[in-house]
Amino acid sequence: MENFKTNNSRRAFLKSSLLAGGGLMISFSGLAKFSLDGKINAADLPGEWYELTGYIKITQDNIIKIFNPNPEFGQNVMTSLPMIVAEELDVDWKKVVVEMGPHDNVKLGPQFTGGSNSVRMYWKPLRDAGAAARNMIITAAAQTWNVPAEEITTKAGMLYHEKTGKSGTYGEFASKASAIPIPKEVKLKDVKDFNVVRHSQKNVEGVKIVTGKPLFGLDYTQEGTLIAMIEHPPAFGMKVKSFDAAETLKMPGIKDVFTLKLYEDGYEQAGFDTRTFNDLLVVVGATTWEVMNARKKLKVTWEPKGDTKDKMAGRGGSREVLVPGALESTATHFAKMKEYAAKPAQLLRKDGDPETAFKNAAKVIERTYNAPFLAHNCMEPMNCFAHVADDKALIVGPHQAASWIEPTLSKVLNLPADKIDMQITRMGGGFGLRAYGHTFVEAAIISKKVKAPVKLMYTREDDMTYGIYRPMYTATYRAAFDANKNLIAFHVKGGGIPENPIHANRFPAGAVDNYLAEGWEIPSNITIGAFRAPRSNFNAAAEQSFLDEVAEVMGKDPIEFRLELLKRAKENPVGKNNEYDADRYAEVLRLVKEKSGWSDAANKQYSRGVAAYFCHNSYAAHVVDVVKKDGQPFVERVTSVVDCGIVINPDAATNMVQGAVVDGIGNALYGEQTFKEGVPEKNNFTRYRMIRHREAPKKIDVHFVQNDINPTGLGEPPFPPIFAAVANALYKSEKKRFYNQPFSAEFQKKA
Amino acid sequence: MAAINLNVNGKTVTVDVDPATPVLWVLRDHLNLVGTKFGCGMAQCGACTIHLNGNAVRSCTLPVSAVKNNAIVTIEGISETGDHPLQQAWEELDVSQCGYCQAGQIMSAASLLKRNPKPTDKDIDNAMSGNICRCGTHVRIRKAIHLAAKTQSKK
Repeated sequence: MENFKTNNSRRAFLKSSLLAGGGLMISFSGLAKFSLDGKINAADLPGEWYELTGYIKITQDNIIKIFNPNPEFGQNVMTSLPMIVAEELDVDWKKVVVEMGPHDNVKLGPQFTGGSNSVRMYWKPLRDAGAAARNMIITAAAQTWNVPAEEITTKAGMLYHEKTGKSGTYGEFASKASAIPIPKEVKLKDVKDFNVVRHSQKNVEGVKIVTGKPLFGLDYTQEGTLIAMIEHPPAFGMKVKSFDAAETLKMPGIKDVFTLKLYEDGYEQAGFDTRTFNDLLVVVGATTWEVMNARKKLKVTWEPKGDTKDKMAGRGGSREVLVPGALESTATHFAKMKEYAAKPAQLLRKDGDPETAFKNAAKVIERTYNAPFLAHNCMEPMNCFAHVADDKALIVGPHQAASWIEPTLSKVLNLPADKIDMQITRMGGGFGLRAYGHTFVEAAIISKKVKAPVKLMYTREDDMTYGIYRPMYTATYRAAFDANKNLIAFHVKGGGIPENPIHANRFPAGAVDNYLAEGWEIPSNITIGAFRAPRSNFNAAAEQSFLDEVAEVMGKDPIEFRLELLKRAKENPVGKNNEYDADRYAEVLRLVKEKSGWSDAANKQYSRGVAAYFCHNSYAAHVVDVVKKDGQPFVERVTSVVDCGIVINPDAATNMVQGAVVDGIGNALYGEQTFKEGVPEKNNFTRYRMIRHREAPKKIDVHFVQNDINPTGLGEPPFPPIFAAVANALYKSEKKRFYNQPFSAEFQKKA
Repeated sequence: MAAINLNVNGKTVTVDVDPATPVLWVLRDHLNLVGTKFGCGMAQCGACTIHLNGNAVRSCTLPVSAVKNNAIVTIEGISETGDHPLQQAWEELDVSQCGYCQAGQIMSAASLLKRNPKPTDKDIDNAMSGNICRCGTHVRIRKAIHLAAKTQSKK
C-alpha cells in the first residue's frame, strides 16, 4: 500500500469541508433533480445524508452518493472522477449515486475543465477523500464494536471484523463517522488492487442522454423566465451607432429592446473574460421563436469601433493591449503573415550554431504550413440562465470554469461572491470555448436590467460569428543536411493572428545539435481563445508533416527516423528544458508501429501516414490509412496509441480518443472560418463544413500504453497529431504534399 | 396566435402559438419536452430530429401549422421506458460523449431501421449524414445501429 500523507492545505481543506457539512445534510440543490444517475430518482431518496468530506454523502440505509466536482462536457468526468473516490472508499460502483457537485471551491477544489487537467489534478485529492472517508467509517465501527481499527476490513460498502464475526454497512456508521476528525495520514490502495478504476464503467448519465432528460444548460428554465438574444455587429471592428426598435417592439411577446455595456470603460479584464463585442443590443421577450423573429425587424446602424485599448490583468500587474480597429479579411491576413514571416522575429530557443550549419549545409529544405481560424461549433450553442436580484444572483449554465467567471460576475454585479449561486450543468461540447465567461456576464447584466429571470440564447449564427476562434497560424520549417544526408540543423519560425504558436522546447528540440526557434505575432480585433490543445493542434500538424519530408530526404522510414531522433534526445540531449520524456514518446511510436502492422505487406493497399506528439503531459501516435472512395481520398482506418499513465475508465477513454481522431480528421479536411471586411463568412453549417458520418473512418483502434504512472491528460493529446498523420497519408495517396488546411480545399480544386 | 391541436407522443395537446412557430420551439418552450435539441435552426445538423408519422424530420424548420393530424414522436416518446433497441444499443456501447446530438441521432436511426431493418454501413452513412456529432462518436453510432438492427431482428 502507498502511504499518502495529507499535506497542510489538504488537511485544512478536508477539515473545512467537514465543518461546512456539520455531519447532517439535508435535501438537494435545485439542479439535483436532473443530475442524478438515471437509475435512481433523487426524489425517492431519503433526506438524511451524512457528509464525509465534501465529495461523499452516505445515508443510514447505506446509499452512497459521490459528487463529481468538475464540469462535464463529454470527457466523462461525471463518471470517471467519482470512480476514483469509489475506488478508495471501497464501495460497490453499481450502488453509487453520482451527482454534479455544487460550485464550491472550498469543498470541491478548483472545478475547472480544461488543459486535459480534470483527472490529473483530481487524482490525488479524490483518492485522498475516498480513503479518508473509509478510514473515518472504520474508526467509527472500531469504537462501536470496541475492536482495534486495524482488524476491520472493508468490501463493497461493508465492514467486517473477523475475530468477533461482526459486520455492518457503511451507512450504519455514517453518522458517527461524520463527527470523527480527519485522519492525518491515509493509506491509499495499491494500483494492482483497483477494482473500479481501470475497469470500464458506463456513463452515469448515459440513460438520461438517450431518453432526452433535461441535462444541458439549454434545458434549464424556471417559471417566468424571459428569453434574451443579442444582436451583435455583423463584423469585427464594428459597434452599434444607433438602432430603431419600433417594428421589433410591435411583435408579439416582445418585452424590451435596449443596449448595455458588457464591461464598463476602464474595466480590467481577467484572463478568461475575453470580450468580443462590448456594446450589446438586446431583445427580450417571452419565447425563443418570438425573440428570434422580432430581432430580425431591428433597424441598426453600425459604425467602425476604431482602435481601442483593452486593459488586461496579467502576471506582474495589468497591461494595455492595443486592439486595431481596421476591418480584416482573410486575403489581407495571408499577405500580412508573409510580410511578418520575412521580418526578424523573437528568439525562443537556440542550440549550437544553426546559422553556420545552414550556411555550410549540402542541402536545405524549407516548407511553410498554414492553418485557418477555427470556430468551436459546440453542438449546444452558447447560453446561460441568470436571475439577478438586488442582493443575490442565481446563474445556471454550461461553463468549463465557474470559478473563473464568478469573480468577474461579482465585480460586474457588485455582489459578494457568496451571494452568487452558480450551478454547473452538463455542456453540449466545450472544446475550450466554454472556458470564457462573456456569455455569463451578458446573461447576468440582462437579468439585472429587466429584473427577471432570463435565459440568454445564442443562435447558431450568433455562436459561429461571435469570435473566440482558434487563431490563424503559419510556420516555416527548415532542415539542413550534410553531404551524407545527416540532419545537422533544424529551424522553425512561426507566427499567428494574434498569437505565436511555437512550443520551442518540444521535440525535435533536444534531438538536433543546431536548433533555432523563433516566433512573431500580428495584433487583430478578431477574438481568439483556447481550442482543444491550443497551439499544439497547429504545431503537431506542421512539425510532424515536415519530419515526414525530412525522413524522406534522408531515405528513412518515418517511424525509424523519429525513433533515432528520440534515442539521441534520451542518450545525449541537446540544450536545456526539453519538455518531453524521450522514452515515453518512443514507446507510443513503437507500439503504433506494431499495432498498425506498419511493416505488413497486407497493408500495402493503404496509403499510410504516421504522426506522434507530446502535449498536456501525455503522448499520442496515430497511423492513418487512406483509400480512394468515389474518387476522393478517404480515411478508412486509424490505429491510435496513447500514453496518459493510468487510464481511469478504459472504454470511455477509448471513446474520447476515437472522438479526437474524428475531430482531427474533420478539422484537417474541412474546418475553416474566413473573413471579408471583418465579417465572418461562415455563419452556419450550410457554409461551415463539418465532418459527416460518411466521412468518418470505418474503424479506429485505440491502444493505451500500460503503466502505473499517475494519470496525465487525455482530452487533448490525441487531437494534434491526427492532422499530420492525415497529411502524411494524403501525400501517399495524392502524390503531393498538403501544406494548407483545410486540406479538402485542394481536392475540390482538383475536382 | 392560434390554438393548435397536436398529437405528441400519443397524447393530444393544444398550444396557443403563432402558426409559423417551428415544432422545435413548441416542444421546448410550450410543452417542456426538451429532449429535442436546438443546433442550427436550418435543418443542417439533425439535433432537432423528431418523427412525423414515423419519418425523421427536422423540427427546427417545420412550422407547427404544417403538422395537422400527423403524429409527432420525440425522443421522450420513442419508448415508454427507455428500452427502444437503439437506446439499449447506445447504452450497451456507451456511445455518448457530450450527448447533445444523440437524441437526434437516435431519432434518425429509428426512422432508418423502420424502413430498412438490416442497413449496411453505406445505408447508415447515407441516412445519418444529416446528423452532426461534434465529439466524433460516429464509429460507435454505426456500431450501435447494427447492434439495434440485430436485436430487432430477434424480436
